[in-house]
Amino acid sequence: MDGRGDSGGGVTTLLEMPALLQRDQFSGLAAGVDERQARIELRRQIGRLEAELSQLFGEAFGHAEVPHRIGAVAAAPRVLDLGELEAIRDRLAERIVQARQALEERQREEDDSRELVERMLAAPQDYKWVRVSRQDLGLHGCGHWHSRPLLGPIGMLMGWWRVKISSGCPLAGRLAAVDDEDKAGQARFSA
Amino acid sequence: MAEAAAQRMGWEPAPQQGWVAPHIASEFPGLGIAWVEVDAKPGRSPEPVRRRLRDLSDRTYGSQAIRLRERPIPWAYRVFYRQIGLDPDRTRTPVEQLTLDRLHDGGFRTHGLPLDALNIAIVETGVALRAFDADRLVGQLCIRDSAPGESLPGAQGELANGTLTIADGERPIALLFGATGAGYAVERETRRLAVAAVQVKGVPQIAVEEALWMAAATLEAA
Repeated sequence: MDGRGDSGGGVTTLLEMPALLQRDQFSGLAAGVDERQARIELRRQIGRLEAELSQLFGEAFGHAEVPHRIGAVAAAPRVLDLGELEAIRDRLAERIVQARQALEERQREEDDSRELVERMLAAPQDYKWVRVSRQDLGLHGCGHWHSRPLLGPIGMLMGWWRVKISSGCPLAGRLAAVDDEDKAGQARFSA
Repeated sequence: MAEAAAQRMGWEPAPQQGWVAPHIASEFPGLGIAWVEVDAKPGRSPEPVRRRLRDLSDRTYGSQAIRLRERPIPWAYRVFYRQIGLDPDRTRTPVEQLTLDRLHDGGFRTHGLPLDALNIAIVETGVALRAFDADRLVGQLCIRDSAPGESLPGAQGELANGTLTIADGERPIALLFGATGAGYAVERETRRLAVAAVQVKGVPQIAVEEALWMAAATLEAA
């Protein structure tokens, strides 16, 4: 009962265990810990994670909201201790996981929208009035795919549907004209 | 190292290499400070400097701003900010702050000399620069942590023990990437400037020298 061989080839006596557990200080290991090396390693990890997060931030910009802030741990610049560096490292790693999830989710949504547009183009009558924008597909610029009846009410009655693709962003001149019309309308209203 | 390079290139004034407290240098290999002294006084930027700012504005786009943090030098400063407890998304690195200001204002605004000269060099190289009144400095510039009881000139209260500072031979004159002590900043009466570059791990020496040379050349030409 009281003799068990340990992996190191010695013998640990179970009867001695309570005495070991009751010791106030753990002085069995005389191994010195080089905290400076640990801090340098953590700083290296922070650098690598920061690069990864920066890349994800750049990829996601304009597509998805990526959480990238982790906050300051010090009011003024100083040498951080091991715990603080670990906290920064862990928060960065957490943000990277969240950023990846956000990007994957966004990618799924864009794929779904792309498939929806393909189905709309194949059978517009099955997707009446459905409208998908370029942003939904992760594309830049204005424009959308819109399932609409051909010839207005006649098309609705006859079941003639088509997908209309808008021609892009309004020109600056057109926007200015709308502004002018608004101002003229307001002037007439106030008069 | 910077001095030797300047001598090779025949560049006057030669940059001087400051020192870093040994225990700080052992924690942050690659951390350094170099500076160059230039006879110049603050004032309105001449037309060539303002033209250069406009040219820089035309070359800086939103897409570059977004991808800026992926470039090696801005990334190196971001990482260093994290390592010393600052949040680079709140306390911006100099090049990121300038790029954001460019997007916000629609162009790099002129702030007069010496700021315009520093800003041109920062945007072109990414290196963090700052200017001090050289006549106020005693001895060499260095990066060290604050000792108990030390404070920034003109600031209320003592610096927290271990705060990383830029110091001269006498006292801390500025926080590392933070406020400058009263009397050491460039003011109307300043006649001689010390343009200092803070180098961190990942920022090549040649970029530091280029930044100092660019800022000093712009100031001297003005």
